[in-house]
Amino acid sequence: MFQLAPNHQDDIVRTSKVSFTFDGKSFLAYEGETLAAALMRAKLLHLRDAPADGAPRGVFCCMGLCQECVVQVDGKTIESCRLPVSQGLHVSSLRR
Amino acid sequence: MITDTDIAVIGAGPAGCNAALLAAEYDFSVVMLDEQVSPGGQVWRAKSPAILSAPETPESVAGESVRNAISQSNVTHLGGVRVWHIERSEDPFVIHYENAGVSCSLSCRCLVIATGARETIQPIPGWTLPGVVGMAGATSIFKQDLIPIGSKMVVSGTGPLVFFVAAEQQRLGGEVAAIVTSNTLLDWIKALPAMLLRPGLLFRGLRWITAMYVNRIPIYWGHTVTRVEGESSVSRVEFKKISKDWTPQGQPRFIECDCVSLGSGLISAFESFQLAGISLEHNSDLGGWIPKQEQDGRTNVGGCFICGDGAGIRGSLAAETHGKLAGLSAVAFLGAKINHSIVKLRREYARAASFGEAMSKLSIPRPGLTKLTTAKTVVCRCEGITRAEIEDEMNLGAQSTISVKSGVRAGMGPCGGKFCQTAITDLIAKTKSCPVSQIAPPTARPPLRPISVNTLAGDFDYSDLPISKPSPL
Repeated sequence: MFQLAPNHQDDIVRTSKVSFTFDGKSFLAYEGETLAAALMRAKLLHLRDAPADGAPRGVFCCMGLCQECVVQVDGKTIESCRLPVSQGLHVSSLRR
Repeated sequence: MITDTDIAVIGAGPAGCNAALLAAEYDFSVVMLDEQVSPGGQVWRAKSPAILSAPETPESVAGESVRNAISQSNVTHLGGVRVWHIERSEDPFVIHYENAGVSCSLSCRCLVIATGARETIQPIPGWTLPGVVGMAGATSIFKQDLIPIGSKMVVSGTGPLVFFVAAEQQRLGGEVAAIVTSNTLLDWIKALPAMLLRPGLLFRGLRWITAMYVNRIPIYWGHTVTRVEGESSVSRVEFKKISKDWTPQGQPRFIECDCVSLGSGLISAFESFQLAGISLEHNSDLGGWIPKQEQDGRTNVGGCFICGDGAGIRGSLAAETHGKLAGLSAVAFLGAKINHSIVKLRREYARAASFGEAMSKLSIPRPGLTKLTTAKTVVCRCEGITRAEIEDEMNLGAQSTISVKSGVRAGMGPCGGKFCQTAITDLIAKTKSCPVSQIAPPTARPPLRPISVNTLAGDFDYSDLPISKPSPL
């Protein structure tokens, strides 16, 4: 039947799940998906506090420009919208 | 480490890919550098490796086709690298880029810049809250990771993108609370003649809108979101009707939601052009500041060519042909005899451009929208600087974007001013009562993207460091 606005979510086949940690807590993600997407699915939106006023910040431009979604991995500050998730990834937020 | 090539193309969207593919047909060595791992740009962004299979969309089909063409061509595609500086030298161009934590350089005889566009978003109270994403940003999550954003989204913005974002959010299993668009139905009716040039896209748009009505998703024509509320993330938005010049007016109304997608059109990502030495000019119909250009992507810098949305917002269809034309200009500059029909390409380009320009016209914000930015609204997100703080600096004598930047650091943070300069330009123009075309953007400075000092320094032996002779005492 012709559907005006079909829901395609069930027709998408993804890789198997891996686990990663965010501020010490464990979460699941599909291997290779963008960390920003994995965090959104886990409802982890508040990724850092703005240095100037301490206000909460999270994923904003989704394409590596705004630097709002940066997190720390292995001591390096990196955009979560440009980082693929792998098994055992340890992510720390830049929340104060 | 410096490598050489005949032609370097920066950006692998519709324009960059087509420029690279055509140039490679003329047997020149072509290197195409791009921030994303796979070619496609924002409009044809590739799926993440986590997606094994998924239903096709027009964007995924077009993207796959260009990715196949690139992989079968002689184009050297450098994916996942970030250009951080373009240096003009005797070579005559040296491109510095980061590749997996190492800074590398590429010298080229000829340069094609196809860096595309970025989104402009009018700052509103609460736009810094987690759960607020750009409209173009939302589409990149949709295309790359195929997930909906949040569980209940409000889409608010200008132009055709609002309907695409809402339709994709639903297609991927998310909910849309409402569409709030600055455009009226009359604006769209006026754009009909241009849209008839692309009946396929017109039909697709009508289908999205019909689906919204069938699913009883409210569309507020001639309205805008005026405030985002929430503690540590979005909980609801305030929205108002807008006047003919898009000044918000009337009683505020509210919609409960957990995410908001905002966008008020696209602007050229012009910093690369500035670094290459191309002068900018203002054209409000094409998104504001754009590089000065001649026919077929030629510029005032010999050997440097431009194409795609970076040269003025005309959309992906125009970008494809513009890329081909710029690619031909580049090979002609290097002495090749052209055996493609330039006349035919120019005609194709003009047709696609007139459709794109009509869509840009719907997307370009009208002056009243700047009133959304209240005195306490954060304008520069990186440094947390409000409109009032910027106005204080202007009252102390700051009359240009550069003086506002050096005075209060607005535009000096990690994003490099990419999300505040449009609003700051508007504020200065308003204070000086002059057109925005007289307020130039700040000088572009490297790095174009954040790069660590460690990467910049690279590996070296202390004995290799040149040490100049001490000055005589």
